[in-house]
Formats: sequence, C-alpha cells, structure tokens
Amino acid sequence: MQALLDNFADIDALMRVYPLLLQGLLYTLTLALVALPLGLLLGLSIAVAYSFHHRWLNVALLIYIDVFRAFPVVVLLILVFYGLPFLGLTLGGFAAAILAIVLNNSGYYGEIFRAGIASVPRGQYEAARALGFKPLHVVLYIVLPQAIRNVLAPLASNSLELIKATSIGALVALPELLRSARVAQEQTYNPTPLMAAAVIFFVLLYPIARWVARLERQALVAR
Amino acid sequence: MDRILEYYFNPKVIALAFPDVLAGFRVTVAVALLIIAFGIATGLLLALLRCANLRLLNALIVVYVDVLRTLPQLVIIVFIYFGLPYVGLTLSPFVTTVLSLAMVLSAFSSEIFWSAIMAVPRGQWDAASALGFGRVRTLLQIILPQAFRLSVPLLTNRAISISKGTALGTAVSLPETLGQAQSVTAIVANPSPLTLAAAFYVLFFLPLVVASRWIERRSAQGR
Repeated sequence: MQALLDNFADIDALMRVYPLLLQGLLYTLTLALVALPLGLLLGLSIAVAYSFHHRWLNVALLIYIDVFRAFPVVVLLILVFYGLPFLGLTLGGFAAAILAIVLNNSGYYGEIFRAGIASVPRGQYEAARALGFKPLHVVLYIVLPQAIRNVLAPLASNSLELIKATSIGALVALPELLRSARVAQEQTYNPTPLMAAAVIFFVLLYPIARWVARLERQALVAR
Repeated sequence: MDRILEYYFNPKVIALAFPDVLAGFRVTVAVALLIIAFGIATGLLLALLRCANLRLLNALIVVYVDVLRTLPQLVIIVFIYFGLPYVGLTLSPFVTTVLSLAMVLSAFSSEIFWSAIMAVPRGQWDAASALGFGRVRTLLQIILPQAFRLSVPLLTNRAISISKGTALGTAVSLPETLGQAQSVTAIVANPSPLTLAAAFYVLFFLPLVVASRWIERRSAQGR
C-alpha cells in the first residue's frame, strides 16, 4: 500500500510539477477546441454534398469517408508529420496533429451525418421543394435539423473520441497533457504525474462520457 | 510528380522495406485479433455478471467501465508501460498493447451488451418465468439471443475502431506495422515505407469498415 502511495500519489513530486501539468491541460484543450469544430464542419459539408445524389461525386465521397475511417489516426499523424516534409511541406507538430485528427474525424462525422440525412423521410424533401425551397435550403433548414436529432448519440460519442485522440500529439512531442506528464515523470523519477494526468483526463471527460452514455441508451431504447 | 514517385512510391525502397513492414503487419493483425477476442469475451462476461444483481460487484464493474471508457487509449498504454514498473509490474510492449486495448474494448462492449439486455422488453422475462424457465436459462436462451442482435452494429463499430488503436503500440516500441515502417524510413531517409504501411492498414481495415456499414444497414432494415 505504501509503495502504491509513494509511486502514484506522491504529493511532493506533484507540487514540483503541477504547473507543467496545467500547461499540458491547456494545450490539450486548445487542440480539442481547434480540431472539434473543423472536424464537424468538414464532416457536415461532406454529408451535405452527398445528399445531392450526384452519382460520381457520391462514389468519391464514400471512398473518402471509408479510407479515412479505415486509417488509424496515429498512422495519419506520422504520415503527415514525417512524410510531407519530403515534398517541401513541413508542418509543425500542432498543425500536423490538427490535420490528422480533422481528416480522420471528417470521415467519421461525414458517415454519421450521412446516415442522419438518410434517416429523414424523402417526403420531407419533396414537400419542402413543392413549397418552393431551394435544394440547399431544404437540406439546411428542413432535413438537417431532423437528421441531427436522429444521430445525436453517435455525434456526441465521436466528439468524445476526438477529444481523447488529441493525446496522440504526445507522439510528435506536442506538450499536451500526456506528454507533459511523461516529462514530469522523468524530472521527478516518479510516476505520480502520470497518475495525475490520468485523473485530470478523467475529471475532464467523465461528464461528457456520462452524457454520451445517456444519449446512447435513449437511442437504443427508442428503436 | 517525379518527387512524389521518388519519395512516396520508390520501388527500390519499398522492396527493401517490405520484409520488415510485413513482419510488423503480422504483429498488427495478431494484436488486433487478440484485442477483439479478449475484449468482447470479457465484455460479455462483465455484462452477464451485472445481471446477477450483486451490489458491490456491480459498483466495481461500473467503475471499471467508466474509467476505461473515459480515458484516452494512449494514456492507458503509457500508464501501464511506464507507470506500473515502479510497483514491480513490468509488461512487454506486446502484452501492454493487447491488455490496454482489450480492457478498453471490454468496457465498451460490456456496456453495449448490458444496454441491449436492458432493452429487451421486460415481458420476455415474465413470459419465460410463466413457462417455467429459471432466471439463468431465461437470460442465456431467451434474452441474450435478442440482445445480441441489438448489439451487433454498435459492437462491430467499436471493435474496429479500438483494434485500429494497435498503431498506438508504437508509443511503447511495439514492432508493429507503423513502428517498423518508421524505423526503415529513418534509415533510408525516404518515406516510401510509410506509404507501404498505410497500404497495409487500408488493406486490413477498409474491408472491415465497409462490412460494418453493411451490417448497420441490414440491422436497420430488420427493425
């Protein structure tokens, strides 16, 4: 028990490195707040483009969605970070992480929005067209509000996964929370900062996870 | 165009890297399959244990599920690999990756199974008990088969997205596809091995992603 306390709850070690952890938390939040809206917007644009039923465009969009869903986000990050400089395009760690996370999640969000739009009965579209709405307006004002309600659970769940994915920034030495905790661990020769980072992640994400779980349960019961 | 061919599709470099990346791909496949097998089996077991309605046990399971669903996968991997040796528990990169991600999948899948069991109408239990079925037999022969059908689409999605996390093993120097490709890239100063790794990932995960869409569509029709 004493060994556990010394190694995972060493207050002295924590006091020495907590500014580092706080900076890491801020960095993690910044990554999430930049990547989340970009991913949502790109995914939404893909799904809206898909809803116009242009045959070849839709084939291309489906390939885009599936390829980015099939790519592990870490692989994308390494490709962008270590691969692109050979083309003369050197992205910093921040830009590389944002690009990898946004591309990966645009596939996921695109698929979710697409399924949501498909779940709205076609008659809604035809009725709105008959009332004189332009096609884009039908999608934006009539179809999307209903579509988003139908896929709120997967949207929320994917957003949680996106925030969690920001921790891969540690692999390209971004000073986000996990990386900061590793640095702090090396400074103190004690894994308490790792435990602290885990606790901070948990406190930050648990309310979102609870909300997601509730939405998922409701969606399952509503079937 | 020549530069793209030279740096990303260089046949000489790809031929040179092929054996190493292929060896890494074997590790990726093995780790992914182990994660799915252990993760889903443990998840089912936990969901069944919850049905026993033992208060303390249920509380423990809920804590386990909540912690593992909430924390980023990389944080769990790094914690196990770099934190646990301080209390005398040193695990290999292979075991660390399989254990971490199987635990994460078990948490998600136990929650999916549990919600699905709860979503089976109460009347099924009453009808079975009126027909003289015991509780265990009702659960295994009447409730579970229906719950399985409800959980399949959520479960396949989750299993695929978590087994994609095998690439995270590179953070603890697991010699899987990405890590192998990265080391060859560093030696030959040419990122073509990364292209090869990307191709392997797409080859492995794209069919799964396409299949999961098909399963989702089928189960939506079957409602």
